[in-house]
Amino acid sequence: MVPTDRRYSKEHEWVLVADDVATVGITHFAQDQLGDIVFVELPEINAELSRDEVMGTIESVKAVSEIFAPISGTILEVNQDLEASPETVNSDPNGAGWYCKMTIADPADLEALMDAAAYEQLTKES
Amino acid sequence: MNTAPAKRTPLYDRHVAHGGRIVPFAGWELPVQYGGLIDEHMAVRRHAGLFDVSHMGEARVGGPQARDFLQHLTCNNVARLKVGRAHYNGLMTPTGCFHDDLLIYRLDEAQFLLVLNAANVDKDLAWMRDHLSGFDAELTDESEQWALLALQGPRAVTILEPLADDPVAELPYYGFARTAVAGVESLVSRTGYTGEDGFELYVPSDGAGSVWDALIERGAGHGLQPAGLGARDTLRLEAKMALYGNDIDDTTTALEADLSWIVKFKKGEFIGRDALARQKAEGVPRRLVGFEMEGRAIARHGYEVCIDGRTIGRVTSGTLAPYLDRRIGLAYLPSEYCDVGTPFEVRVRGNPHPARVVETPFYKRDRT
Repeated sequence: MVPTDRRYSKEHEWVLVADDVATVGITHFAQDQLGDIVFVELPEINAELSRDEVMGTIESVKAVSEIFAPISGTILEVNQDLEASPETVNSDPNGAGWYCKMTIADPADLEALMDAAAYEQLTKES
Repeated sequence: MNTAPAKRTPLYDRHVAHGGRIVPFAGWELPVQYGGLIDEHMAVRRHAGLFDVSHMGEARVGGPQARDFLQHLTCNNVARLKVGRAHYNGLMTPTGCFHDDLLIYRLDEAQFLLVLNAANVDKDLAWMRDHLSGFDAELTDESEQWALLALQGPRAVTILEPLADDPVAELPYYGFARTAVAGVESLVSRTGYTGEDGFELYVPSDGAGSVWDALIERGAGHGLQPAGLGARDTLRLEAKMALYGNDIDDTTTALEADLSWIVKFKKGEFIGRDALARQKAEGVPRRLVGFEMEGRAIARHGYEVCIDGRTIGRVTSGTLAPYLDRRIGLAYLPSEYCDVGTPFEVRVRGNPHPARVVETPFYKRDRT
Protein backbone atom coordinates (compact mmCIF):
# COMPACT_ATOMS: atom_id res chain seq x y z
CA MET A 1 0.00 0.00 0.00
CA VAL A 2 2.85 2.40 0.81
CA PRO A 3 5.19 2.70 -2.20
CA THR A 4 8.84 2.17 -1.31
CA ASP A 5 10.25 4.39 -4.09
CA ARG A 6 9.72 7.60 -2.10
CA ARG A 7 9.97 9.22 1.31
CA TYR A 8 7.30 10.53 3.67
CA SER A 9 6.65 13.45 6.01
CA LYS A 10 4.81 13.26 9.32
CA GLU A 11 2.22 15.58 7.72
CA HIS A 12 1.35 12.72 5.34
CA GLU A 13 3.04 13.98 2.18
CA TRP A 14 5.19 11.85 -0.08
CA VAL A 15 8.34 13.05 -1.88
CA LEU A 16 9.61 11.26 -4.97
CA VAL A 17 13.03 12.33 -6.28
CA ALA A 18 14.09 12.07 -9.92
CA ASP A 19 16.81 14.11 -11.66
CA ASP A 20 17.22 16.44 -8.67
CA VAL A 21 13.55 17.36 -8.74
CA ALA A 22 11.17 16.44 -5.90
CA THR A 23 7.58 15.56 -6.79
CA VAL A 24 5.27 16.04 -3.82
CA GLY A 25 1.84 14.55 -3.17
CA ILE A 26 -0.38 13.53 -0.31
CA THR A 27 -0.49 9.93 0.79
CA HIS A 28 -3.18 7.33 0.31
CA PHE A 29 -3.70 7.35 4.08
CA ALA A 30 -4.21 11.14 4.09
CA GLN A 31 -6.72 11.18 1.24
CA ASP A 32 -8.65 8.37 2.91
CA GLN A 33 -8.77 10.29 6.18
CA LEU A 34 -9.89 13.48 4.42
CA GLY A 35 -12.68 11.85 2.43
CA ASP A 36 -14.08 13.30 -0.80
CA ILE A 37 -11.66 16.02 -1.89
CA VAL A 38 -13.45 18.93 -3.55
CA PHE A 39 -10.92 21.77 -3.69
CA VAL A 40 -7.16 22.02 -4.03
CA GLU A 41 -5.26 25.28 -3.66
CA LEU A 42 -1.89 25.14 -5.38
CA PRO A 43 1.26 27.17 -4.67
CA GLU A 44 2.59 29.82 -7.06
CA ILE A 45 5.23 28.78 -9.55
CA ASN A 46 8.68 30.06 -8.42
CA ALA A 47 7.53 30.40 -4.82
CA GLU A 48 10.45 29.78 -2.47
CA LEU A 49 9.40 27.67 0.47
CA SER A 50 11.08 26.61 3.67
CA ARG A 51 10.53 23.16 5.10
CA ASP A 52 7.24 22.97 7.09
CA GLU A 53 5.92 26.21 5.58
CA VAL A 54 2.28 26.14 4.40
CA MET A 55 2.27 25.84 0.62
CA GLY A 56 -1.43 25.34 -0.02
CA THR A 57 -4.64 23.77 1.16
CA ILE A 58 -6.73 20.78 0.32
CA GLU A 59 -10.42 20.62 1.19
CA SER A 60 -12.82 17.77 1.61
CA VAL A 61 -16.55 18.43 1.86
CA LYS A 62 -16.19 18.65 5.62
CA ALA A 63 -12.77 20.07 6.34
CA VAL A 64 -9.87 22.28 5.28
CA SER A 65 -6.33 20.91 5.63
CA GLU A 66 -3.08 22.72 5.03
CA ILE A 67 -0.32 21.23 2.94
CA PHE A 68 3.16 21.82 4.33
CA ALA A 69 6.37 21.90 2.30
CA PRO A 70 8.05 18.60 3.20
CA ILE A 71 11.43 20.06 2.16
CA SER A 72 12.84 23.52 1.39
CA GLY A 73 12.93 24.49 -2.28
CA THR A 74 11.43 26.44 -5.18
CA ILE A 75 8.17 25.46 -6.87
CA LEU A 76 8.84 24.40 -10.47
CA GLU A 77 5.48 23.04 -11.53
CA VAL A 78 2.02 22.49 -10.05
CA ASN A 79 -0.64 19.95 -11.00
CA GLN A 80 -3.15 22.27 -12.70
CA ASP A 81 -5.48 19.34 -13.40
CA LEU A 82 -6.39 19.26 -9.72
CA GLU A 83 -8.18 22.60 -10.01
CA ALA A 84 -10.83 21.07 -12.26
CA SER A 85 -10.59 17.50 -10.92
CA PRO A 86 -9.63 17.57 -7.24
CA GLU A 87 -11.08 14.06 -6.84
CA THR A 88 -7.98 12.72 -8.62
CA VAL A 89 -6.23 13.04 -5.25
CA ASN A 90 -8.67 10.41 -3.94
CA SER A 91 -8.52 8.10 -6.92
CA ASP A 92 -4.76 8.19 -7.58
CA PRO A 93 -2.91 9.89 -4.71
CA ASN A 94 0.47 8.33 -5.58
CA GLY A 95 0.29 9.06 -9.31
CA ALA A 96 -1.95 11.44 -11.26
CA GLY A 97 -2.96 13.13 -8.00
CA TRP A 98 0.53 14.61 -7.44
CA TYR A 99 0.54 18.13 -6.02
CA CYS A 100 3.70 20.00 -7.08
CA LYS A 101 7.29 19.66 -8.22
CA MET A 102 10.06 21.54 -6.48
CA THR A 103 13.82 21.95 -6.27
CA ILE A 104 15.74 20.39 -3.41
CA ALA A 105 17.44 23.28 -1.60
CA ASP A 106 19.06 21.06 1.00
CA PRO A 107 19.44 17.30 0.42
CA ALA A 108 19.58 16.85 4.21
CA ASP A 109 15.82 17.58 4.23
CA LEU A 110 15.27 14.31 2.37
CA GLU A 111 17.22 12.39 4.99
CA ALA A 112 14.94 13.80 7.68
CA LEU A 113 11.90 12.24 5.98
CA MET A 114 10.65 8.72 6.73
CA ASP A 115 11.02 5.65 4.57
CA ALA A 116 7.95 3.59 3.64
CA ALA A 117 8.25 1.22 6.61
CA ALA A 118 8.53 4.04 9.15
CA TYR A 119 5.59 5.85 7.56
CA GLU A 120 3.43 2.76 7.55
CA GLN A 121 4.17 2.39 11.24
CA LEU A 122 3.10 6.01 11.82
CA THR A 123 -0.24 5.46 10.10
CA LYS A 124 -0.90 2.36 12.20
CA GLU A 125 -0.32 4.35 15.36
CA SER A 126 -2.65 7.21 14.38
CA MET B 1 -16.27 21.59 28.07
CA ASN B 2 -17.46 18.57 29.96
CA THR B 3 -15.12 15.62 30.15
CA ALA B 4 -17.73 12.90 30.57
CA PRO B 5 -16.99 9.82 28.46
CA ALA B 6 -18.61 9.89 25.03
CA LYS B 7 -21.92 8.09 24.78
CA ARG B 8 -22.71 5.42 22.23
CA THR B 9 -26.09 4.82 20.63
CA PRO B 10 -27.59 1.29 20.57
CA LEU B 11 -26.41 1.11 16.94
CA TYR B 12 -22.73 1.84 17.56
CA ASP B 13 -21.52 -1.70 16.77
CA ARG B 14 -23.45 -1.68 13.50
CA HIS B 15 -21.81 1.60 12.46
CA VAL B 16 -18.38 0.13 13.08
CA ALA B 17 -19.34 -3.06 11.21
CA HIS B 18 -20.56 -0.96 8.23
CA GLY B 19 -17.15 0.77 8.12
CA GLY B 20 -18.38 4.01 9.70
CA ARG B 21 -15.72 6.55 10.63
CA ILE B 22 -16.57 7.39 14.22
CA VAL B 23 -16.12 10.96 15.46
CA PRO B 24 -17.05 12.77 18.67
CA PHE B 25 -20.18 14.90 18.30
CA ALA B 26 -22.04 16.69 21.11
CA GLY B 27 -20.83 14.14 23.65
CA TRP B 28 -21.57 11.14 21.44
CA GLU B 29 -19.53 8.82 19.27
CA LEU B 30 -21.22 8.82 15.88
CA PRO B 31 -20.32 7.97 12.27
CA VAL B 32 -19.40 11.02 10.17
CA GLN B 33 -19.44 8.85 7.05
CA TYR B 34 -19.29 5.23 5.92
CA GLY B 35 -18.08 4.82 2.33
CA GLY B 36 -18.05 8.44 1.27
CA LEU B 37 -19.94 11.60 2.11
CA ILE B 38 -20.82 12.54 -1.49
CA ASP B 39 -22.11 9.02 -2.24
CA GLU B 40 -24.29 9.09 0.86
CA HIS B 41 -25.59 12.56 0.02
CA MET B 42 -26.51 11.49 -3.52
CA ALA B 43 -28.11 8.27 -2.28
CA VAL B 44 -30.51 10.32 -0.14
CA ARG B 45 -31.40 12.65 -3.04
CA ARG B 46 -31.86 9.82 -5.56
CA HIS B 47 -32.84 6.73 -3.52
CA ALA B 48 -32.68 6.62 0.27
CA GLY B 49 -30.36 6.96 3.25
CA LEU B 50 -30.60 5.72 6.81
CA PHE B 51 -29.23 7.87 9.63
CA ASP B 52 -28.79 7.10 13.31
CA VAL B 53 -29.75 10.30 15.09
CA SER B 54 -30.28 8.73 18.49
CA HIS B 55 -28.13 11.46 20.03
CA MET B 56 -31.11 13.81 19.76
CA GLY B 57 -32.81 14.37 23.11
CA GLU B 58 -36.44 13.63 23.88
CA ALA B 59 -38.53 15.13 26.67
CA ARG B 60 -42.16 14.59 27.50
CA VAL B 61 -44.39 17.36 28.80
CA GLY B 62 -47.74 16.23 30.13
CA GLY B 63 -50.56 17.45 32.32
CA PRO B 64 -53.61 19.70 32.30
CA GLN B 65 -51.46 22.79 31.64
CA ALA B 66 -48.80 21.18 29.44
CA ARG B 67 -50.05 23.17 26.46
CA ASP B 68 -50.02 26.46 28.37
CA PHE B 69 -46.52 25.74 29.64
CA LEU B 70 -45.22 25.17 26.10
CA GLN B 71 -47.09 28.22 24.81
CA HIS B 72 -45.24 30.28 27.43
CA LEU B 73 -41.79 28.92 26.48
CA THR B 74 -41.98 28.79 22.68
CA CYS B 75 -42.73 31.14 19.80
CA ASN B 76 -44.88 28.90 17.59
CA ASN B 77 -48.55 28.30 18.39
CA VAL B 78 -48.83 25.03 20.31
CA ALA B 79 -52.60 25.53 20.69
CA ARG B 80 -52.97 25.14 16.91
CA LEU B 81 -51.03 21.87 16.91
CA LYS B 82 -53.42 18.96 16.38
CA VAL B 83 -53.07 15.54 17.99
CA GLY B 84 -51.04 13.41 15.56
CA ARG B 85 -49.09 16.35 14.20
CA ALA B 86 -45.67 17.82 14.89
CA HIS B 87 -44.29 21.27 14.29
CA TYR B 88 -40.98 23.12 14.25
CA ASN B 89 -40.63 25.56 17.09
CA GLY B 90 -38.19 27.68 19.09
CA LEU B 91 -37.49 27.60 22.80
CA MET B 92 -37.03 31.32 23.28
CA THR B 93 -34.81 33.45 25.47
CA PRO B 94 -36.26 36.70 26.86
CA THR B 95 -34.39 38.50 24.04
CA GLY B 96 -36.26 36.52 21.37
CA CYS B 97 -33.23 34.38 20.59
CA PHE B 98 -32.96 30.61 20.53
CA HIS B 99 -32.41 28.66 23.68
CA ASP B 100 -32.86 25.80 21.24
CA ASP B 101 -34.85 24.88 18.17
CA LEU B 102 -37.02 21.80 18.48
CA LEU B 103 -39.81 19.65 17.15
CA ILE B 104 -42.95 19.31 19.25
CA TYR B 105 -45.23 16.30 18.75
CA ARG B 106 -48.74 16.42 20.12
CA LEU B 107 -49.30 12.87 21.34
CA ASP B 108 -52.58 13.63 23.04
CA GLU B 109 -54.58 16.67 24.15
CA ALA B 110 -52.32 17.01 27.18
CA GLN B 111 -49.19 15.07 26.18
CA PHE B 112 -46.32 16.43 24.10
CA LEU B 113 -42.99 14.99 22.98
CA LEU B 114 -40.17 17.49 22.51
CA VAL B 115 -37.13 16.66 20.37
CA LEU B 116 -34.05 18.62 21.38
CA ASN B 117 -30.55 19.13 20.02
CA ALA B 118 -28.11 16.74 21.71
CA ALA B 119 -25.74 19.50 22.83
CA ASN B 120 -28.63 21.41 24.43
CA VAL B 121 -30.54 18.69 26.28
CA ASP B 122 -29.21 19.46 29.78
CA LYS B 123 -29.51 23.21 29.28
CA ASP B 124 -33.05 22.91 27.87
CA LEU B 125 -34.26 20.66 30.68
CA ALA B 126 -32.83 23.01 33.32
CA TRP B 127 -34.45 26.01 31.62
CA MET B 128 -37.82 24.29 31.37
CA ARG B 129 -37.69 23.06 34.99
CA ASP B 130 -36.94 26.61 36.13
CA HIS B 131 -40.15 27.76 34.45
CA LEU B 132 -42.39 24.87 35.45
CA SER B 133 -43.63 26.26 38.74
CA GLY B 134 -47.14 27.64 38.50
CA PHE B 135 -48.08 25.19 35.73
CA ASP B 136 -49.93 21.96 36.38
CA ALA B 137 -47.59 19.99 34.13
CA GLU B 138 -44.81 17.44 34.36
CA LEU B 139 -41.54 17.30 32.50
CA THR B 140 -39.75 13.98 31.95
CA ASP B 141 -36.42 13.36 30.23
CA GLU B 142 -36.96 10.38 27.90
CA SER B 143 -33.68 10.69 25.98
CA GLU B 144 -32.36 7.36 27.27
CA GLN B 145 -35.50 5.49 26.23
CA TRP B 146 -35.51 6.43 22.59
CA ALA B 147 -33.35 5.62 19.62
CA LEU B 148 -34.06 7.77 16.57
CA LEU B 149 -33.59 6.58 13.00
CA ALA B 150 -34.09 8.85 10.00
CA LEU B 151 -35.05 7.12 6.76
CA GLN B 152 -34.83 9.79 4.07
CA GLY B 153 -35.15 9.92 0.32
CA PRO B 154 -37.62 9.34 -2.53
CA ARG B 155 -37.61 5.56 -1.89
CA ALA B 156 -38.31 5.89 1.85
CA VAL B 157 -42.03 5.11 1.55
CA THR B 158 -41.40 2.05 -0.58
CA ILE B 159 -38.85 0.73 1.89
CA LEU B 160 -40.84 1.41 5.07
CA GLU B 161 -44.35 0.48 3.92
CA PRO B 162 -43.97 -3.34 3.95
CA LEU B 163 -42.25 -3.24 7.36
CA ALA B 164 -44.91 -1.16 9.13
CA ASP B 165 -48.13 -2.63 10.53
CA ASP B 166 -50.14 0.44 9.56
CA PRO B 167 -50.03 2.34 6.27
CA VAL B 168 -47.34 5.02 6.49
CA ALA B 169 -47.68 6.31 2.91
CA GLU B 170 -50.81 8.24 3.93
CA LEU B 171 -49.07 10.15 6.70
CA PRO B 172 -49.07 13.85 5.81
CA TYR B 173 -45.92 15.94 6.03
CA TYR B 174 -45.31 16.54 9.75
CA GLY B 175 -47.92 13.94 10.65
CA PHE B 176 -47.07 10.92 12.78
CA ALA B 177 -48.56 7.65 13.99
CA ARG B 178 -47.75 4.87 16.42
CA THR B 179 -47.22 1.61 14.63
CA ALA B 180 -44.99 -1.43 14.80
CA VAL B 181 -41.99 -1.41 12.46
CA ALA B 182 -40.35 -4.82 12.02
CA GLY B 183 -42.36 -5.88 15.06
CA VAL B 184 -41.12 -3.02 17.26
CA GLU B 185 -43.71 -0.51 18.55
CA SER B 186 -42.50 2.84 17.22
CA LEU B 187 -43.58 6.39 16.57
CA VAL B 188 -43.29 7.03 12.84
CA SER B 189 -43.18 10.63 11.73
CA ARG B 190 -43.17 12.16 8.22
CA THR B 191 -40.34 14.54 9.03
CA GLY B 192 -36.66 14.96 8.33
CA TYR B 193 -33.62 17.19 8.04
CA THR B 194 -32.64 16.60 4.43
CA GLY B 195 -35.19 18.32 2.20
CA GLU B 196 -36.42 14.92 0.95
CA ASP B 197 -39.52 12.93 1.66
CA GLY B 198 -38.93 10.49 4.47
CA PHE B 199 -39.55 9.42 8.02
CA GLU B 200 -38.11 9.71 11.46
CA LEU B 201 -38.66 6.60 13.57
CA TYR B 202 -38.70 6.88 17.34
CA VAL B 203 -37.89 3.38 18.49
CA PRO B 204 -37.36 2.03 22.02
CA SER B 205 -33.60 1.76 22.51
CA ASP B 206 -33.63 -2.03 22.88
CA GLY B 207 -35.49 -2.42 19.58
CA ALA B 208 -33.28 -0.10 17.52
CA GLY B 209 -31.02 -2.88 16.23
CA SER B 210 -33.84 -4.95 14.77
CA VAL B 211 -35.44 -1.94 13.09
CA TRP B 212 -32.10 -0.81 11.65
CA ASP B 213 -31.34 -4.32 10.32
CA ALA B 214 -34.80 -4.70 8.79
CA LEU B 215 -34.55 -1.33 7.02
CA ILE B 216 -31.04 -2.04 5.70
CA GLU B 217 -32.17 -5.44 4.41
CA ARG B 218 -35.40 -4.14 2.86
CA GLY B 219 -33.63 -1.13 1.39
CA ALA B 220 -30.82 -3.08 -0.24
CA GLY B 221 -32.74 -3.47 -3.48
CA HIS B 222 -33.77 0.20 -3.45
CA GLY B 223 -30.38 1.88 -3.26
CA LEU B 224 -30.55 2.53 0.49
CA GLN B 225 -27.26 3.40 2.13
CA PRO B 226 -26.41 4.12 5.75
CA ALA B 227 -25.48 7.81 5.92
CA GLY B 228 -23.44 9.72 8.46
CA LEU B 229 -23.35 13.13 10.11
CA GLY B 230 -21.37 14.57 7.20
CA ALA B 231 -24.12 13.96 4.66
CA ARG B 232 -26.74 15.01 7.20
CA ASP B 233 -25.04 18.41 7.37
CA THR B 234 -24.66 18.94 3.61
CA LEU B 235 -28.24 17.76 2.96
CA ARG B 236 -29.75 20.08 5.55
CA LEU B 237 -27.71 22.99 4.23
CA GLU B 238 -28.86 22.45 0.63
CA ALA B 239 -32.41 22.53 2.03
CA LYS B 240 -31.51 25.62 4.11
CA MET B 241 -32.45 24.12 7.42
CA ALA B 242 -30.79 25.89 10.33
CA LEU B 243 -28.20 24.14 12.50
CA TYR B 244 -28.16 25.19 16.14
CA GLY B 245 -24.71 26.40 17.16
CA ASN B 246 -23.90 27.45 13.58
CA ASP B 247 -26.81 29.39 12.09
CA ILE B 248 -28.88 30.04 15.18
CA ASP B 249 -28.08 30.33 18.88
CA ASP B 250 -28.90 32.43 21.93
CA THR B 251 -27.63 35.61 20.22
CA THR B 252 -29.73 35.36 17.05
CA THR B 253 -33.41 36.27 17.09
CA ALA B 254 -36.03 34.20 15.31
CA LEU B 255 -36.69 37.15 12.98
CA GLU B 256 -33.00 37.61 12.12
CA ALA B 257 -32.78 33.87 11.42
CA ASP B 258 -35.46 34.21 8.70
CA LEU B 259 -37.76 32.05 10.83
CA SER B 260 -40.59 34.55 11.24
CA TRP B 261 -42.96 31.79 10.05
CA ILE B 262 -42.64 30.16 13.47
CA VAL B 263 -43.17 33.43 15.38
CA LYS B 264 -46.89 33.69 16.16
CA PHE B 265 -47.47 37.06 17.81
CA LYS B 266 -51.23 36.55 17.75
CA LYS B 267 -51.11 33.54 20.08
CA GLY B 268 -50.56 35.83 23.08
CA GLU B 269 -47.83 36.07 25.69
CA PHE B 270 -44.61 34.03 25.45
CA ILE B 271 -41.04 34.48 26.62
CA GLY B 272 -39.24 36.68 24.08
CA ARG B 273 -42.43 38.09 22.57
CA ASP B 274 -41.79 41.68 23.67
CA ALA B 275 -38.26 41.68 22.29
CA LEU B 276 -39.42 40.19 18.99
CA ALA B 277 -42.34 42.63 18.71
CA ARG B 278 -39.97 45.52 19.33
CA GLN B 279 -37.52 44.25 16.71
CA LYS B 280 -40.33 43.77 14.21
CA ALA B 281 -41.55 47.34 14.80
CA GLU B 282 -38.09 48.93 14.68
CA GLY B 283 -36.83 46.85 11.76
CA VAL B 284 -34.68 43.73 11.75
CA PRO B 285 -31.05 44.92 11.52
CA ARG B 286 -29.58 41.76 9.97
CA ARG B 287 -30.85 38.62 8.35
CA LEU B 288 -29.65 35.11 7.65
CA VAL B 289 -29.33 34.82 3.88
CA GLY B 290 -28.19 32.15 1.48
CA PHE B 291 -25.27 32.88 -0.80
CA GLU B 292 -23.25 31.25 -3.51
CA MET B 293 -19.54 31.61 -4.19
CA GLU B 294 -18.71 32.77 -7.74
CA GLY B 295 -15.44 30.85 -7.95
CA ARG B 296 -14.14 27.51 -6.74
CA ALA B 297 -13.34 28.51 -3.16
CA ILE B 298 -15.55 27.07 -0.42
CA ALA B 299 -16.89 29.28 2.37
CA ARG B 300 -16.72 27.81 5.86
CA HIS B 301 -18.26 28.50 9.26
CA GLY B 302 -16.65 31.60 10.80
CA TYR B 303 -15.16 33.11 7.61
CA GLU B 304 -15.57 36.89 7.38
CA VAL B 305 -18.02 38.46 4.95
CA CYS B 306 -16.95 41.83 3.52
CA ILE B 307 -18.07 44.63 1.27
CA ASP B 308 -15.38 47.00 -0.04
CA GLY B 309 -12.92 45.56 2.45
CA ARG B 310 -15.21 46.24 5.42
CA THR B 311 -16.32 43.23 7.47
CA ILE B 312 -20.12 43.11 7.62
CA GLY B 313 -20.78 39.62 8.93
CA ARG B 314 -19.63 36.04 9.20
CA VAL B 315 -20.41 32.81 7.43
CA THR B 316 -22.49 30.58 9.71
CA SER B 317 -22.45 27.48 7.46
CA GLY B 318 -20.74 26.77 4.16
CA THR B 319 -19.98 23.79 2.00
CA LEU B 320 -19.66 22.41 -1.44
CA ALA B 321 -23.25 21.31 -2.12
CA PRO B 322 -22.78 17.81 -3.55
CA TYR B 323 -26.11 17.48 -5.39
CA LEU B 324 -26.17 21.03 -6.75
CA ASP B 325 -22.41 21.15 -7.35
CA ARG B 326 -22.41 24.74 -6.14
CA ARG B 327 -20.48 26.37 -3.31
CA ILE B 328 -23.17 27.56 -0.97
CA GLY B 329 -23.43 29.07 2.47
CA LEU B 330 -25.43 31.04 5.00
CA ALA B 331 -24.44 34.32 6.62
CA TYR B 332 -26.00 37.11 8.64
CA LEU B 333 -25.85 40.29 6.57
CA PRO B 334 -27.06 43.81 7.42
CA SER B 335 -30.62 44.09 6.05
CA GLU B 336 -29.61 46.56 3.32
CA TYR B 337 -27.39 43.86 1.74
CA CYS B 338 -29.93 41.02 1.81
CA ASP B 339 -31.59 41.39 -1.62
CA VAL B 340 -31.09 38.47 -3.98
CA GLY B 341 -28.20 39.25 -6.32
CA THR B 342 -26.32 41.52 -3.90
CA PRO B 343 -22.59 40.97 -4.43
CA PHE B 344 -20.13 40.72 -1.53
CA GLU B 345 -16.89 38.93 -0.66
CA VAL B 346 -16.02 36.06 1.62
CA ARG B 347 -12.52 36.19 3.08
CA VAL B 348 -10.92 32.79 2.51
CA ARG B 349 -7.46 32.45 4.12
CA GLY B 350 -7.00 36.20 3.96
CA ASN B 351 -8.13 36.75 0.37
CA PRO B 352 -11.53 38.12 -0.68
CA HIS B 353 -13.54 35.83 -2.97
CA PRO B 354 -16.71 37.04 -4.74
CA ALA B 355 -20.11 35.77 -3.65
CA ARG B 356 -23.71 36.87 -4.08
CA VAL B 357 -26.99 36.52 -2.24
CA VAL B 358 -29.22 33.85 -3.82
CA GLU B 359 -32.74 32.51 -3.39
CA THR B 360 -33.26 29.83 -0.77
CA PRO B 361 -33.76 27.00 -0.21
CA PHE B 362 -30.84 26.16 -2.48
CA TYR B 363 -32.48 22.79 -3.13
CA LYS B 364 -36.20 22.08 -3.23
CA ARG B 365 -37.45 18.64 -4.11
CA ASP B 366 -39.88 18.14 -6.95
CA ARG B 367 -43.18 17.24 -5.26
CA THR B 368 -45.05 16.33 -8.44
